[in-house]
Amino acid sequence: MALEITFSDKTFENKKRNPDEFSEIALEIRRDIIKSLYLAKSGHSGGTLGTSDIFSVLFFGGVMKYNPQKPDWKDRDRFVLSAGHLCPVLYSTLARAGFYSPEELYRLRKFGSRLQGHPGFDMKLPGIESSTGSLGQGVSIAVGMAMSDKHADKNNRKVFALTGDGEVEEGTVWEAAMAAAHYKLDNLCWILDNNDCQIDGRVKDVMSIYPVDKKFEAFGFDVINIDGHNYNDIKNAFAKFKSNHESKIGKPTAIIAKTIMGKGVSFMEDKYIWHGNPPNEEQAKIALEDLK
Amino acid sequence: MNEIKLLGKKPTRHGFGEGLVVLGEKYDNVIVLGGDITGSVMTSYFQEKFPERFFSIGVAEQNATTIAAGFALSGKIAFFASYSAFSAFRNADQLRISVAYNDINVKIGGGHAGITVGPDGATHQALEEIAFIRTLPNMTLVVPADYTEAKKATIAIGEKFGPCFIRFGRSAVPMFTTDDSPFALGKANILREGKDVAIVACGLLVWEALLAAEELSKKGINARVINNHTIKPIDVETLVNAARDCGCMVTAEEHQVHGGLGGAVAEVTAKNYPVPIEFVGVRDKFGCSGEPEELMVKFGLTWKEIYASALKVIERRDKGFIGYRQVKDVEDYKE
Ligand SMILES: Cc1ncc(C[n+]2csc(CCOP(=O)(O)OP(=O)(O)O)c2C)c(N)n1
Repeated sequence: MALEITFSDKTFENKKRNPDEFSEIALEIRRDIIKSLYLAKSGHSGGTLGTSDIFSVLFFGGVMKYNPQKPDWKDRDRFVLSAGHLCPVLYSTLARAGFYSPEELYRLRKFGSRLQGHPGFDMKLPGIESSTGSLGQGVSIAVGMAMSDKHADKNNRKVFALTGDGEVEEGTVWEAAMAAAHYKLDNLCWILDNNDCQIDGRVKDVMSIYPVDKKFEAFGFDVINIDGHNYNDIKNAFAKFKSNHESKIGKPTAIIAKTIMGKGVSFMEDKYIWHGNPPNEEQAKIALEDLK
Repeated sequence: MNEIKLLGKKPTRHGFGEGLVVLGEKYDNVIVLGGDITGSVMTSYFQEKFPERFFSIGVAEQNATTIAAGFALSGKIAFFASYSAFSAFRNADQLRISVAYNDINVKIGGGHAGITVGPDGATHQALEEIAFIRTLPNMTLVVPADYTEAKKATIAIGEKFGPCFIRFGRSAVPMFTTDDSPFALGKANILREGKDVAIVACGLLVWEALLAAEELSKKGINARVINNHTIKPIDVETLVNAARDCGCMVTAEEHQVHGGLGGAVAEVTAKNYPVPIEFVGVRDKFGCSGEPEELMVKFGLTWKEIYASALKVIERRDKGFIGYRQVKDVEDYKE
């Protein structure tokens, strides 16, 4: 039987939740990822599935302040997807938060779609704060935003950025880290998706970044190591960041999230070959079965 | 002149990967650096064959470029390849100082170049690197037209002393040169003789230029088609002869219309033999997601634009001074 794709029109509220409430949201996001990548016939399955739990808590657990009806609201918190190739998880998240219709997910990576292969600021897709896709630039942008908020505008906004673990092999990432600590950016939360996978293999084999938590510590971050699939862990980490911000701790926060590439889809889990591939029809069927 | 035939389709990056293996077999001082996309830019072939001469640097283009310089300063022929968006721009300063200024044996591969990388979108569609790379003193820049030429060009830059950059693409493109076709760095190839208009192209657009010439011939117009694979050093003689013989030119490239092959041709002709030129390329815009063929059409990179530009430039030539654009109808590239 041919696979027919439909996207639900479900949206979720952004509010304080018990940890067990996130699994339904994460499941919806993971299904969106499989469906949209299958339709696009290209794109990155592994890291998007692997970060779905983090996105669920960040956007639907009352962590970030935003208003889908007013995406340009001047007091909103901002999220920069430094690992731009992971945009399908962000596109699904923003649709499920109500920034635009999930209908747009049908046209991921297609000509004329606002859902570009890597986030394009020129497309004016609500919720996208910058173009990203050239690895390593998004965190510096986030540092600039956080500096502008804290030191120029002196407001209470927060800035979140997510990088891959292969991504932090880029040298400028560490220039960003240095500046974040130098400017005491307690309004900055840097999430590292530590799946130990990148295109050519294991991060430890391609170019080791370890011990990465010690590096962030040495740079002057408050470092929180978590299991990136444990909702309790993720929730607590963001709560710690919030208290760091409110108490003006004078340090940026780094959340090192141990994740599994392809999480939730049996045949993709922990396999780096799934970094940049979409599922074909057979694979999408199995994946959607796994994600019931 | 031999009849040019379509011999199938293959990506130019395969020619690059295979050329590296040939170099590895011939010279034991060839080393290759990986930038976490070895399977995309086909440095994986070299890695499999010569694992002891392959070094993974991770996602770190600036570092890889300067590490390559260190190898070159230690007597190696050092190759580094990534996507052209990152191996020409992320490392621009490193290329300028540590590579070009030092004038050493660093060879850069710029893969997945141009609009035809497709669905990845604007961030990955390098459309400006010809302009940048060709301004660097000491650099050689080559943009092969097909798989076979990419292989020859890779071997040629390995054997030429000094900094070199080779630009190639992701998708399978028409193959029409053979092992016997002439190829020398810095020597453009005339693929089709004609004296009515000269079409100067590089990369993927050479095939489109041949298609355009075929269509023009049906109207009795004989176009000279020049495969200008080496952008630097540019073949002044072939270009000036074309300007003199045809009196008008069209340039075609998978690149911005500003500063690329068209710019290089205009510099040569303006100085030596000014003729009207029309430029086919991306018109001062960023790309976007889409399928390669679809984007070629949307961004005006097919034989049809070359054909239309040829008719236009012939008309301008024939009007003589009247063909020079008046201030009121000067064209630029904004829509
Ligand atoms: C500057 C730059 N260099 C190279 C690339 C190509 N690229 C895209 S994703 C990627 C690997 C990133 O690995 P990681 O951050 O671990 O992401 P994951 O594999 O977990 O999705 C590379 C090399 C890029 N997008 N930008």
